[in-house]
Amino acid sequence: MEKFEVLQSTAVPLPIENIDTDQIIPARFLKATSREGFGGNLFRDWRFDNAGQPKADFVLNNSLYSGQILVAGKNFGCGSSREHAAWAIYDAGFKVVISSFFADIFKGNALNNGLLPLQVSDEVLARLLGQIEEDPQTTLVVDLVKQELQVPAWEEKISFEIDAYKKECLINGYDDIDYLVNQKDAIEQYEKSRPWAY
Amino acid sequence: MAKTLLDKIWAAHVVKSIPGGGLDVFYIDRHLIHEVTSPQAFDEIEHRSLPLFRKEQIVATADHNVPTKNQHLPIEEPLSRFQVDKLTENCAKHNIELYGLGHENQGIVHVMGPELGITQPGMTIVCGDSHTSTHGAFGAIAFGIGTSQVAQVMASQCLLLSKPKSMRITVEGEVRNGVSAKDVILYVISKLGTGGATGYFVEYAGSAFRALSMEGRMTVCNMSIEMGARGGMIAPDQTTFEYLKGRQFAPQGERWEQAVAYWTTLYTDEDATFDKEFFFDAQEIAPMITFGTNPGMGMAINEVIPTDVPASEVASYNKSLNYMGFQPGESLLGKEIQYVFIGSCTNSRIEDLRQVAKFVKGKHKAPHVEAIIVPGSKHVEKQAIEEGIDKVLAEAGFELREPGCSACLAMNEDKIPAGAYCVSTSNRNFEGRQGPGSRTLLASPLVAAITAVEGKIVDITQYLN
Repeated sequence: MEKFEVLQSTAVPLPIENIDTDQIIPARFLKATSREGFGGNLFRDWRFDNAGQPKADFVLNNSLYSGQILVAGKNFGCGSSREHAAWAIYDAGFKVVISSFFADIFKGNALNNGLLPLQVSDEVLARLLGQIEEDPQTTLVVDLVKQELQVPAWEEKISFEIDAYKKECLINGYDDIDYLVNQKDAIEQYEKSRPWAY
Repeated sequence: MAKTLLDKIWAAHVVKSIPGGGLDVFYIDRHLIHEVTSPQAFDEIEHRSLPLFRKEQIVATADHNVPTKNQHLPIEEPLSRFQVDKLTENCAKHNIELYGLGHENQGIVHVMGPELGITQPGMTIVCGDSHTSTHGAFGAIAFGIGTSQVAQVMASQCLLLSKPKSMRITVEGEVRNGVSAKDVILYVISKLGTGGATGYFVEYAGSAFRALSMEGRMTVCNMSIEMGARGGMIAPDQTTFEYLKGRQFAPQGERWEQAVAYWTTLYTDEDATFDKEFFFDAQEIAPMITFGTNPGMGMAINEVIPTDVPASEVASYNKSLNYMGFQPGESLLGKEIQYVFIGSCTNSRIEDLRQVAKFVKGKHKAPHVEAIIVPGSKHVEKQAIEEGIDKVLAEAGFELREPGCSACLAMNEDKIPAGAYCVSTSNRNFEGRQGPGSRTLLASPLVAAITAVEGKIVDITQYLN
């Protein structure tokens, strides 16, 4: 997993609520057996028409907006557990998703892939979306070490929460699997202590 | 201290807690895998040269991507075939039990596990599929995971997790005639909203859930994820034990007695408290249907599409109705429907098929409707044939297919065309879920069967009594 400390980037606004993982990457693109290449089909049916032509009204096809930060409506990533959604977003070049609420499984999947799900209040999200739409060149600074989001036009910095362990993992590029494999002795010990396991 | 059912099972699976944080090394009893979310996990453990830690606790099946016709022939679609072959290859290489196409135990992973007795009370069960919450019907902690976590469980039989908050949803009373488990859960989701239980693990309690069969309880727990919950569970009772007894992987003999003695301790103590509670009256619940593009957008079938939406949600709400071709304040009664899909891990069990057969016997589907029924497993299919359900369905113009996830997520050929309306017994009405441009209305098997016969949405109460 790639390390993450500080990211400075413009952002892409997607002010839609309850964006489910079927929109992020439709099921028909889940037939691949590797993790790579899903970015091309990110938001496929919102981004392209049936003939595969870009839809002009979708934000990823709007040259005004670009950057490594996606700013989306609340309850982002609900629905299917497909990790392909996190892979697709990351593969398309995003390193951070900002929303006012994330679905649990998506949040976990994102963290396991070096993609930071950054949760802000509904109010901050609304201001942020307004700011980016007013000035698409707005450059945000996401400082994971300080747990701060900086918007140059704003006086205050926005602090955000993240689990301390997950923060360490992102900063150092560690995976849970490294930690778990090292717990083998404790796990074997635990298995022997379960008389009720049928 | 008084404990919830979640507390009891959670505590029994903590290998160790990590100091300083809220994370536990959490042990997993059963790991179910399928072709879509496992190949990258196999790659990962192979890439890291890690052995499978407890391969005998993994069971695999092919379900998401399989055709529902001619399963005895090679899969025609090359990418699907490759993915299913990859699962076969990976299972052979790692010596994992596989119920692939052609095996008598093959089926949708969340139908297969319970019916074989692999799913048992007090267990922790995971699968790279959000509807793993289904298994909570047995009083298990069961939840969907991502592919990185599939690899973690393969390598260590554990996950690093923080304990979710607890929520209890109590429904008391007897449901009205024509109201099924599906209506109860669609009602609950319509009240809580699509993210209303995010961060929580739900326990369903009260006489309305107690009265349900195991099939009905699975339908309820299955859709827990549709309100964002990590999982849902129902305390095991006599109904659970009777369902499990004698199943292939259920404990036998003396071990059965020991197991039941343990399972009987799995309930929420009277004084236990939850982080959040909801109470509903079963009599308030009517046959339901969804009108939008998330499962929280549901209403009683004879109501009109709500107009009282909070200002901040209007844009997303209108986008959703626009996709569906509906207006706020509109009734769905009389809307013509082109497709009916009865199947999925929500409603493809024998009880669902029986209910459909009972209604359609002696009737026929409307000429313009295509009605397909996809059993949840080979065992369900076999039982349906033994009971003559296949003939009843055929005479009514319904097509009984072979088992798989099918048009629930349309990874195979079973797709609903763009613009067409489908009344579906599945779990998600997301945009394009059943095929690009498809429009899904979620409902119970009974509502789906009646819709197929009428060719349009009707107030089903006229058929009751």
